[in-house]
Amino acid sequence: MNVVVCVKQIPDPAAPPALDPGTKNLVRDGKLILDDSDAYGVEMALQLVDAAGEGEVTLVSMAPNGEVSGLRTALAMGAAKAILVSDPALAGTDALGTAKVLAAAIKRAEPDLILAATESSDGYTGTTPVQIAELLGLPSVTFAKKVEVTGSSVKVERQTEAGYDEVECPLPAIVTVTAGVVEPRYPSFKGIMAAKSKPVENLTVADLGIDVGQVGFAGARQEITNVAPADARAAGEIVVDEGEGHLRVIEFLEQLKVL
Amino acid sequence: MTIAKIWVVAEVVDGSPTTASLELVSHARTLAGAVEAVVWGEGASTAGILGEYGATTVHDVGDLGGGLPGAPVAASIAAAVAAGTGPDAVLLPATYDGRDVAGRLSVKLDRPVLTNVVGLAEADGGLASQHAIFGGAEILTTRFTSEGPGIFVVRAKSFPAEASGGAPAAVVAAPAPDTGASNAARIVARHVEERTGPKLDEAEVVVSGGRGLGEKENYVLIEQLAGLLHGAAGASRAIVDAGWVPYSHQVGQTGKTVKPTVYMACGISGATQHMVGMKNSKNIVAINKDQDAPIFQVADLGIVGDVHKIIPKLIEAIQARN
Repeated sequence: MNVVVCVKQIPDPAAPPALDPGTKNLVRDGKLILDDSDAYGVEMALQLVDAAGEGEVTLVSMAPNGEVSGLRTALAMGAAKAILVSDPALAGTDALGTAKVLAAAIKRAEPDLILAATESSDGYTGTTPVQIAELLGLPSVTFAKKVEVTGSSVKVERQTEAGYDEVECPLPAIVTVTAGVVEPRYPSFKGIMAAKSKPVENLTVADLGIDVGQVGFAGARQEITNVAPADARAAGEIVVDEGEGHLRVIEFLEQLKVL
Repeated sequence: MTIAKIWVVAEVVDGSPTTASLELVSHARTLAGAVEAVVWGEGASTAGILGEYGATTVHDVGDLGGGLPGAPVAASIAAAVAAGTGPDAVLLPATYDGRDVAGRLSVKLDRPVLTNVVGLAEADGGLASQHAIFGGAEILTTRFTSEGPGIFVVRAKSFPAEASGGAPAAVVAAPAPDTGASNAARIVARHVEERTGPKLDEAEVVVSGGRGLGEKENYVLIEQLAGLLHGAAGASRAIVDAGWVPYSHQVGQTGKTVKPTVYMACGISGATQHMVGMKNSKNIVAINKDQDAPIFQVADLGIVGDVHKIIPKLIEAIQARN
């Protein structure tokens, strides 16, 4: 079974995020790392290929600047190869443009199953995987907390507001996974060394036969007109607990007539 | 792009439109002359309440036969747009199904989709949407530069739900054209987690626990305190991901948005992911042993201390009063 995992390389979440003063888009030109939320899809894919006994995991990603360090992390976990669409024309691409690029790249890999995170940790738009599904004419099951493949179908436990649904879906399909689906492995030393020589295919937007007007700022067809600080909450009262802190909480709840 | 007609994708749970859907119908009234709703299979039973909140027509896609709403609901709306009877803007709640419909609709119409919307107003004949970023610290304003319809996925509790006393909406059958393989997934069983007390996103008091609780077994303290305050028990993503509590308890970007009278964050540091879901609570109490935890920046009352000591004392003191 061949599984494609959509992965995103994002600015280190530990560093304070910043907006470009001109475009007001998130600054993404520094070092990029593998989005933590993608590690679950990579792990899930590796386990499904293992269980099937054949096939491989291919990563598909997009970046304006040719960055590969995040991809190497996922290759070190065990993915076989990666397709990276990298092109200066991609700067400013929105979710729909991203989906068009990724869908075209995924087609080349002819996967049985496509996995993605429910949303990225930097932009958290959360629509790209479903947009890819629609572009490819495939079914999708989002917010999976359990994924099993039997024969030519996938069985998913999908989160709902009230609990979860069991959903069955024929392959090929797109499934988005939550962070609870599996425990991602840490890359081994051997894996890290092996990852250095694994193939990363670099493609441009033109290689995929996509018109550059469909991507980038022009393709996004939306603009940020203003950025302003949100109404700040007035500074609150801070009490260091020396054994009586709970009494101040009780008093506070009484004032609010909650008690 | 003038905004004459807005369609709201309304989710129905247990026979009633969700509060988040009614919020969108209510707000749409302030933006457009005509407000209509889209439902799947519950048109007749929801026409009354949707009408009361301002929808004049309910487009019913019909029963999905166990299928997921994404493909058929998007196809139904896209067919109306193609026929020239569609809306100038589509509003959807930021839920699992709402995002699925929005994503597929965006491809069908080849229009961008704006997500995480927390405000929506008329601007230059179109709509400008507001988005909270960096955990709600800053607000972006965005507008479409293309022809409509605009697609907006809106977070719950961005607008009040206010009935306008309208007459029951007219129900129009709006079956989806053939969606082929894209609609092949089927729900084979549904599981509802048991819940006691009020719903997390409707409770007046929410007590949430995070990693600072130390271990799964301590979450019972959160449930006990929430119970004593007639509130709901919430959780940070960290402990949901760790498997301590079910996802339905999660407050934050990928969980519920809550706006209770009192939100108590216990052992929660205040990651941006979490803040976005609770920052607009009317009053926030935070208990955390790290005095530099970001949660204290939004707390009206912050107690720097050990949750393992403070929560049991709180429980005991409240029990003593009852």
